[in-house]
Amino acid sequence: MPSTRASTDPRLVVEGLSVRYRPGAAPAVDGVDITAAAGEIVAIVGESGAGKSSIGAALLDLVDKPGTWHAARATLDGEPIDYRARHTRGRDVSVIFQDPQTALNPLFTVAEQLIQMVGYHEGLSGRAALARAVEMLEAVGIPDPAQRVHQYPHQFSGGMRQRVVIALALACNPRLVIADEPTSALDVSVRGQILDLIAALARERGTAVLLITHDMAAVSRIADTVTVMKAGRVVETAPTEALLNDPQAPYSKMLIAAVPPGDRKIGRFAIPPRDDVAAPAIVAGADLDAWLRAHAGPSVGETVLAVEGVDKIFQLTPGLFGRGRKLFQALDDVSLTVRRGEAFGLVGESGSGKSTLAKIVAGLQTPTKGRVVFGPHALHPASREVEIRDYRRGLQMVFQDPFSSLNRRMRVGEAVAEPIRTAGIDDRHKMRAIVAALFERVGLPAASIDRHPHAFSGGQRQRIALARALAGRPRLLICDEPTSALDVSIQAELLNLLMDLKDDLGLAMLFITHDLPVVRQVADRIGVLERGVLVETGETDTVFDHPAAPYTMKLIDELPHRHMATQGPTP
Amino acid sequence: MIGFIVRRLAQALVVMAAIALISFLMFRYVGDPVAVMAREDASVTERQELREKLGLDRPVVVQFVDFIGRVVQGDLGISYRNQRPVADLIKERLPATLELVMMATLLSLAIGIPLGVITAVNRTGWLPTLVQSVSLVGISVPTFVTGIMLILVFAVTLRWLPSFGRGDTVQIGWWTTGLLTISGLKALILPSLTLALYQMTLIMRLVRAEMIEVLSSDYVRFARARGLPARMIHYKLALKNALMPVITITGMQIGGLIAFAVVTETVFQWPGLGLLFIQAVSFADVPVMAAYLLLVGLLFVVLNALVDIAYLVLDPRLRTRAS
Amino acid sequence: MSERGQQTGLGRAFVRSPKALISATGALVLIAAAYLAPFIAPHTPFELGSFSLMDSELPPAFLPGGDPRFLLGTDMQGRDVFSAILFGTRISLTVGIAAVLFSAAVGTLIGLLAGFRGGLVDAVLMRVADVILSFPTILIALLISGVARTLFPLATSGTAAILVLIFAISINEWTQYARTVRGQTLVEKGLDYVQAARISGVGESAILRRHILPNVLSPVIVIATINLALAVLAEATLSFLGVGMPPTSPSLGTLIRIGNENLFSGIWWVVVFPAAALVLLVLCVNLFGDWLRDALNPRLD
Repeated sequence: MPSTRASTDPRLVVEGLSVRYRPGAAPAVDGVDITAAAGEIVAIVGESGAGKSSIGAALLDLVDKPGTWHAARATLDGEPIDYRARHTRGRDVSVIFQDPQTALNPLFTVAEQLIQMVGYHEGLSGRAALARAVEMLEAVGIPDPAQRVHQYPHQFSGGMRQRVVIALALACNPRLVIADEPTSALDVSVRGQILDLIAALARERGTAVLLITHDMAAVSRIADTVTVMKAGRVVETAPTEALLNDPQAPYSKMLIAAVPPGDRKIGRFAIPPRDDVAAPAIVAGADLDAWLRAHAGPSVGETVLAVEGVDKIFQLTPGLFGRGRKLFQALDDVSLTVRRGEAFGLVGESGSGKSTLAKIVAGLQTPTKGRVVFGPHALHPASREVEIRDYRRGLQMVFQDPFSSLNRRMRVGEAVAEPIRTAGIDDRHKMRAIVAALFERVGLPAASIDRHPHAFSGGQRQRIALARALAGRPRLLICDEPTSALDVSIQAELLNLLMDLKDDLGLAMLFITHDLPVVRQVADRIGVLERGVLVETGETDTVFDHPAAPYTMKLIDELPHRHMATQGPTP
Repeated sequence: MIGFIVRRLAQALVVMAAIALISFLMFRYVGDPVAVMAREDASVTERQELREKLGLDRPVVVQFVDFIGRVVQGDLGISYRNQRPVADLIKERLPATLELVMMATLLSLAIGIPLGVITAVNRTGWLPTLVQSVSLVGISVPTFVTGIMLILVFAVTLRWLPSFGRGDTVQIGWWTTGLLTISGLKALILPSLTLALYQMTLIMRLVRAEMIEVLSSDYVRFARARGLPARMIHYKLALKNALMPVITITGMQIGGLIAFAVVTETVFQWPGLGLLFIQAVSFADVPVMAAYLLLVGLLFVVLNALVDIAYLVLDPRLRTRAS
Repeated sequence: MSERGQQTGLGRAFVRSPKALISATGALVLIAAAYLAPFIAPHTPFELGSFSLMDSELPPAFLPGGDPRFLLGTDMQGRDVFSAILFGTRISLTVGIAAVLFSAAVGTLIGLLAGFRGGLVDAVLMRVADVILSFPTILIALLISGVARTLFPLATSGTAAILVLIFAISINEWTQYARTVRGQTLVEKGLDYVQAARISGVGESAILRRHILPNVLSPVIVIATINLALAVLAEATLSFLGVGMPPTSPSLGTLIRIGNENLFSGIWWVVVFPAAALVLLVLCVNLFGDWLRDALNPRLD
């Protein structure tokens, strides 16, 4: 890491920055100081609601009305930032947007969009402007730039589109770039490349970068300095190495402790309990135990689920008279087993077929070939609706999106009661007692069962979804990216809870994720899916430390290299 | 792309066949053609002869094929009411309606689109508020009331403009036009304004909604954050995106205008197709009704197909997907 | 709206919005006046013998030559325009409300079925809806009433005319509900909570009833409000064109038609007041629908 910086006059100095979205409302950003030198990458990290994105909006003077911002000092190379007189957005301060799918105008070619930039800001036109556009595409590593510059955004892949976004942001050599979550909409395997590209361009051109992110892996990969924010205030600012290894403020400590390390298993995350989660009580506990353990499954270590040679082929376009039909093979001869008391981690990028496999195992889709054996029942390509119902008994699932996994018009207690009702219990009192006990078991107050989903946060909703899954007395729990929509500290809490439940109840768990560090913490064995093919399976530690398949090696290579926090194992 | 167009046209043909079937069923089964066409005192044998002459004793499928064959050759039957070929009636009336509809389309697009854009770009201030309130009143006033009020003010009270008819027309081939005489143009003002008003408010509201959505999109925010000037963002970048759906709307609007031409033509006694149709409905003149259905159906199907194909040509995303 | 939390939220928003308050009050006053017409109308305008040619073509009471017995003047036969408007509004509203209820019920059912079942049923139903939807209501309604008149000459009498109008308007309008409900059903069907219910062993019909139906009702209510305005307009237009309500039981459209025929004799009040009543009614309903759509929309996602 470069440690010497020639610049004596910092490129960006911000002191006492505040942002308010409504007059009189609590400030979203409250007295924040930031300094960035030319070529320096300053990361601003924090969980949702920390106010980190508002800093970018304020520095661009694009806080939506009626919002206002104010700073004791905000200077670029010593001059106060002022877009009416001195500075121009795009030329002096620019921004890299988060989602390349929506950040580019779909009706204009990449050349047109780049030429608009250099045409307006630098007065280039005709051949000179086009040459600049091609040069920019080349600089951001797009192959064959002279041809591709004339294509439309939708003709580029996600990672390539984000390179175009970067080209647009940097086309006029700005002095400061605000990169707002520049990789969180991208696949894991391209995140590293995009971050490295931003870092390389910044250092080469002497651009200061404010990297606004929630992703500690991104921070450890390219940031020089880190500012940790919570609820609009700066908690701690320190050089990256120092902050990751020796955080000082309690909140930073918690944040670092909640980040799952990719290089070893730590058991449980060392995070303090939060006030908005009730401590598990033992009210009606006996009742709950009787309910949860009523089904005697196989003993620990016996096979609960066996996926045997499963293919899944989708028909993409229904062709006229069977011609021109496009087929897509989502799964290709996948076999795996999950044993009682074991968590099997299924890893893959988007499009790898991992969610398709989850749906098949859950009996929501049938395989095109092969079968899935679960207890006494099996799912075949030709399974009928009745058979699928029998097959599903004893199986439950927790989904990724906390907002769509609960019916917004149904009281949460009723949602949790549904699996109990379908199991044939119609004694309302007994049902309510079980539901209340389940709420406490997953760390929610029993009194909240009569509320609607909108009264709960994302993390709480996932706990409710987990309670609903437990209500079905599962022998197998399928978790499809259950924490990827959550903040890192909430993720740590939920993962702790999941691991506790698995051990307590001897659950078999199929844990699906794109997040390698998470799967390392949770899974006993893992399987790696690459475009529908299971390229590797094995004990988690073995696969991580000695990957056999080239694809696995590539994925593990993408993990943050820098050694992070060295806190001890937790109780 | 060619494949898409072929598929789209095939689809249009199926819809057209369905419309032809409904039209045929009306023609054949709504009211008894023989009872209408025969003389009052015709004997049973005379009626039977007429039945055979009209081919009504043959299988229904044969009759349908026969019907389509005749329609394709331009034979739409004889009007019950004035005993003339329906095709001739339509040929006489078509120019009046088309001139009215074209004028109204131009008016509603030329005023509706700019108003929609302006009120979307400047969301506050007196003009957008006024336009927005007036437009809500606009969609609450039925076309015929607009027409009557215009007549009451400009024809009855002020006596500036005629209240009915096309004024003087000029014959060019079989086409009669009112666009070449002063009285013809004066006669066109009130009807075309009446017809355009409702569509104008619709287009304005749709363009405004579309524009507001585009202006809040990520790519517009990104363009703003890159310092592109507001004028360029609004009128060059965002407008192109906002106008895509307007193509569909315009296609549909022309259809809507033809429908509402029935009303406008009734109010202004405009001698067009709509008036012909409404008279046919009142007098149970089934052949005219069936022919009108066929004609309007054809127009709609063609317009819809054109809109889809226009989309394909204009939207690069569809273009690459289709090829 | 089955949800108490949302209902109170909507109620609070309602009380705070002048637009909602004014339009709802206006619509309610008009609806009440229309349905209480037999009690509040000063005259019974459509009973022969209850009016006399002696009173014909009197201007409104507040103009010179006006008669205090006839607030908004009289028509060519000496009928009280104000009473005629009250009774006419009642007929217009009855047709509008019935058409909305009928088409909403049919459309919602078809939309749920098409969206949830999918496959051939869906493809056929939606194709039909597409074709119908591409034709304006007024054209289809004209054809239907034209056919009805030819097939059943009795269809022009009062009650039968109402039924024909309701059917003629509904045959186009159901498609809007069907398409919206189908779209929303497809969205809901794909959401995780439906999958979770399925995994938990909840049957298909219970999923449709307990989970999906409550979630697709908001847009139905919004469309129904806006369509009430459209249905009243469609009825008025048909009656104005002479293929709707007969002069013996006139709706607002019929009244305007009759007045329009005498526009040049200078008795403008026979046209202007019924037209004003129609516009006011439609405007109130439109304003309320506009507000309702904005108020419910953020809750939809």
